[in-house]
Amino acid sequence: MSSLVRVRLPAQLRTLAGVGPEVQVEVSGPLTQHSVLGALEQNYPVLLGTIRDRNTAKRRPFIRFFVGEADLSNEAPDALLPDAVARGADVFVVVGAMAGG
Amino acid sequence: MSGVRLLVGTRKGAFVLTSDGSRRSWQVEGPHFAGWEIYHLKGSPADQQRIYASQSSGWFGQLLQRSDDGGKTWASVGHDFSYQGEVGAHPWYDGTMRPWEFTRIWHLEPSLDDPGTVYAGAQDAALFRSSDSGQTWEEMVGLRGHPTAPAWQPGAGGLCLHTIIIGPDDPSRMFVAISAAGVFRSVDAGETWRPANHGLSSEGVLPDPDADVGHCVHRIALHRSRPDVLFMQKHWDVMRSDDAGNSWQDVGEGLPSDFGFCIDVHAHEPDTVYVVPITSDALHYPPEGKLRVYRSRTGGHEWEPLTNGLPQQNCYVNVYRDAMAVDSLDPCGVYFGTTGGQVYASADAGDNWAAAVRDLPAVLSVEAQTLP
Repeated sequence: MSSLVRVRLPAQLRTLAGVGPEVQVEVSGPLTQHSVLGALEQNYPVLLGTIRDRNTAKRRPFIRFFVGEADLSNEAPDALLPDAVARGADVFVVVGAMAGG
Repeated sequence: MSGVRLLVGTRKGAFVLTSDGSRRSWQVEGPHFAGWEIYHLKGSPADQQRIYASQSSGWFGQLLQRSDDGGKTWASVGHDFSYQGEVGAHPWYDGTMRPWEFTRIWHLEPSLDDPGTVYAGAQDAALFRSSDSGQTWEEMVGLRGHPTAPAWQPGAGGLCLHTIIIGPDDPSRMFVAISAAGVFRSVDAGETWRPANHGLSSEGVLPDPDADVGHCVHRIALHRSRPDVLFMQKHWDVMRSDDAGNSWQDVGEGLPSDFGFCIDVHAHEPDTVYVVPITSDALHYPPEGKLRVYRSRTGGHEWEPLTNGLPQQNCYVNVYRDAMAVDSLDPCGVYFGTTGGQVYASADAGDNWAAAVRDLPAVLSVEAQTLP
């Protein structure tokens, strides 16, 4: 079973990956942060290490994940994402957090 | 007609400045990688169209860019700077031990004769090498594996490897400098390393001011015709070694301050050295608000201020360690960039200065390429 997931990237990563505001990635198996980011990195290898540590898979400190109004940044990486993401009704949003004053 | 290309790294992108051999007017291109910190760009001495750039951000981490057309277009290359083997730990500011953690690449040093080989100096301190034009990177583990590594402490800017020198006559001899560990020398192309800090003294900083490691070396430089002679801007002190780092002597007397970050050597005169004195470690701006380059034509000890064209009042910028460069035209061009965003250029070895560009983001690095 696979899902076509919509992912929105911050401007800096769009430029880096050479994509528009939103990309679609095909994700196999359970839909989690881990599987979505894995598919994203597979499609766009330049993003390896920019969202999460390439060795530990830990989210970078100033990166946040949202679906709708829910901040999923501190959810377990293997926790299931909302069904709306699998249906394509909601977007998995990667945000560069406001920081730096 | 020959010309000069300046590669300028800033807090918010990279800029490429070009001029003809007169070096009077400059064309500015950029920002490349707008919004990203560009700690350093450097061109290959073996292929001037080949340029490597370190691109990083606190949000998105470290990337590496490469241009094969002199900085007109760029492509992202490999950016996996994973430490090899046991990661280990070093003292943190609070005295606790902290695991080595990669933050960024401070400095890139392309091979002198192979455009596909490039070295990268990292924070936390480590040396990486790529031999496939930046696609893949491998840590040179002999450096971080040195027995003193667990005692290396970070300077205020982090535990950074910021200087890499490849022996101009013998590429198997290399020097690196780490803040705040000191200078290390290899005679086997980076496989093994030994501290080269004898003669450095850090009173009030180290419990043992003459320790083998722990010195906050800000920059070292040499002239390609005289590879045994090294010049150093230390945290405090301007130093010289005549024996490839076996011993160091203080040559900074006469400077208004011997604190500073950058140091460089004239392209054709091995005893002509440039520094930019900074007031102190607490006051990172020029003494008296006067931006002065100091030049020694005697390999140290005697220094003259170079002020013509530089602001001599109300100037409170800093000049970082990688932000000074020389070209190889005759007369030698000298360049430096400031935290105020100016890049100053002299086409006559420092006698006269003019801003090549103003109001860039804070300048982190300047490199000069002399074009045919």
